[in-house]
Amino acid sequence: MKTTPDSVGVVQAQTLRFAEPLPLQCGESIAGYELVYETYGTLNAEKSNAILVCHALNASHHVAGVYADQPDNLGWWDNMVGPGKAVDTNKFFVVGVNNLGSCFGSTGPASIDPRTGAPYGAAFPLITVEDWVDAQVRLADALGIVRFAAVMGGSLGGMQALCWSIRHPARIENALVIAAAPNLSAQNIAFDEVARQAILTDPEFHEGNFYAHGVKPIRGLRVARMIGHITYISDEQMAERFGRQAKGGAKFSFEPEFQIESYLRYQGDKFSEYFDANTYLRITKALDYFDPASGAGGDLALALKPATARFLVISFTTDWRFSPARSKEIVQALLDNGATVSYAEIAAPHGHDAFLLEDPRYHALVGAYLGRVRAAATEAAR
Amino acid sequence: MNRSDFSIIAGWVKEGGRVLDLGCGDGALLASLEEARHVRGYGIDIADDNVLACVKRGVNVIQSDLESGLAGFADRSFDTVILSQTLQQIHRVETIINEMLRVGREVIVTFPNFAYWRHRVQLGVRGTMPVSETLPYEWYNTPNVRMFTVREFDRFCRDRGIAIIDREVQSDERKVTFAPNLFGQLAFYRIRQA
Repeated sequence: MKTTPDSVGVVQAQTLRFAEPLPLQCGESIAGYELVYETYGTLNAEKSNAILVCHALNASHHVAGVYADQPDNLGWWDNMVGPGKAVDTNKFFVVGVNNLGSCFGSTGPASIDPRTGAPYGAAFPLITVEDWVDAQVRLADALGIVRFAAVMGGSLGGMQALCWSIRHPARIENALVIAAAPNLSAQNIAFDEVARQAILTDPEFHEGNFYAHGVKPIRGLRVARMIGHITYISDEQMAERFGRQAKGGAKFSFEPEFQIESYLRYQGDKFSEYFDANTYLRITKALDYFDPASGAGGDLALALKPATARFLVISFTTDWRFSPARSKEIVQALLDNGATVSYAEIAAPHGHDAFLLEDPRYHALVGAYLGRVRAAATEAAR
Repeated sequence: MNRSDFSIIAGWVKEGGRVLDLGCGDGALLASLEEARHVRGYGIDIADDNVLACVKRGVNVIQSDLESGLAGFADRSFDTVILSQTLQQIHRVETIINEMLRVGREVIVTFPNFAYWRHRVQLGVRGTMPVSETLPYEWYNTPNVRMFTVREFDRFCRDRGIAIIDREVQSDERKVTFAPNLFGQLAFYRIRQA
């Protein structure tokens, strides 16, 4: 078992069912949906110490700890969240939630559509970051949390934190926006589109209704993941980890020879076993659509005007998927508004993936920031 | 930053104003200005440990390189822009001063006076580069790349039509009025675009 004194230890996922239909950005609504979530730490009597952790593309509500029956299944941000860690569960009540449309327990395309008794498949609506956030608000309501001490996340999770600050400003005291961007660049969208095409053109995709055929578009999903993975790592890191290392000399074949080929194939294979193709399509679309400034004539500062939260924005120097320049756009907009904001650019070699990795400077910064949040909360209570 | 440095700067900053502190270090000046003058402050610093120290204090800090300029900031978007004991470490002096004057309604610049008499003795008599409380480095490890004096900064402002609103020169935390370029260790300028 991987649990140590600074681990939250064995955790259990919980499920909440929401009967009231949730109106979605696409015009449809979804009724009778479920959200799966985990919590760590203790909610104080004032319910003022809650932190919501939003997940990115391929993660889930399982943020920290392990399951009793899966002792090696460590939460995706276990290095960040735990007793005495940067997000200190001795002080904060941390909530991890699986987003709507996912494939890790919350209602998604593979779930049974109560209207038909069969999986939603293609019928599952396209969801947006705004929809996720609105669903998270309902979870907060159910947990009795009126105002989160902080909403935080990396990458697409950071976008959700940003969205919270605009859409539900009264319900969030701090937003930690890590390795994120105010919207996707054409290059970002291009990568997403190639990934989607890999899935959409897989003969086993069956227009999204592959469940009925007892197959999965594994080849498409595998290629999609391989493409995605390239964008998560920096060129330097790839050079360092794999370089041009190959098994023996050139075999003049298409078998994997270079180590990077084996690595990408392994990542693709692993991912295609557990991830749902319809979910992948929808999450990449949610990424592409995310653009809070679009409703404000492209003016991000104007879009952020409603935000009252304090912000910590963090980027990583070698992240080329969401580069520091993109984070700085968020920071500049907040500065223009006179918002309370700090920005750190962490020198890390790992590229976009750095937000998930252990780095003393990065974690010290988050810990120090949240230490102030706690101090502020205690002062306010006095 | 000692008490008298702080009180000069605090006296020149507008109550409740918007302040940008370039090279803010550990955020001590901004924290004091927030406390004493209720300013809304932002610091800019490049060093990881300074950024962490500011976050610990609860001072807004933006990790960035001053030399890359203030291009993102709108004209007159701050009441005061401060550059405290950092100008001597800047390569593109004119660019940063112009940018500060563009972004801030007023600018406060402080720097060690190279022409302080003890510095003159070290260079003129002993023939060594000055090392003192305000220039605490040896020639081989100093971060300072610009050595200049009160007289030179006066001329710099005059030649560019920069208005000097206030100037104070200090030695051992005391105001120097007689021959400031000879007896002053630290210079404080409050300037604006004329």
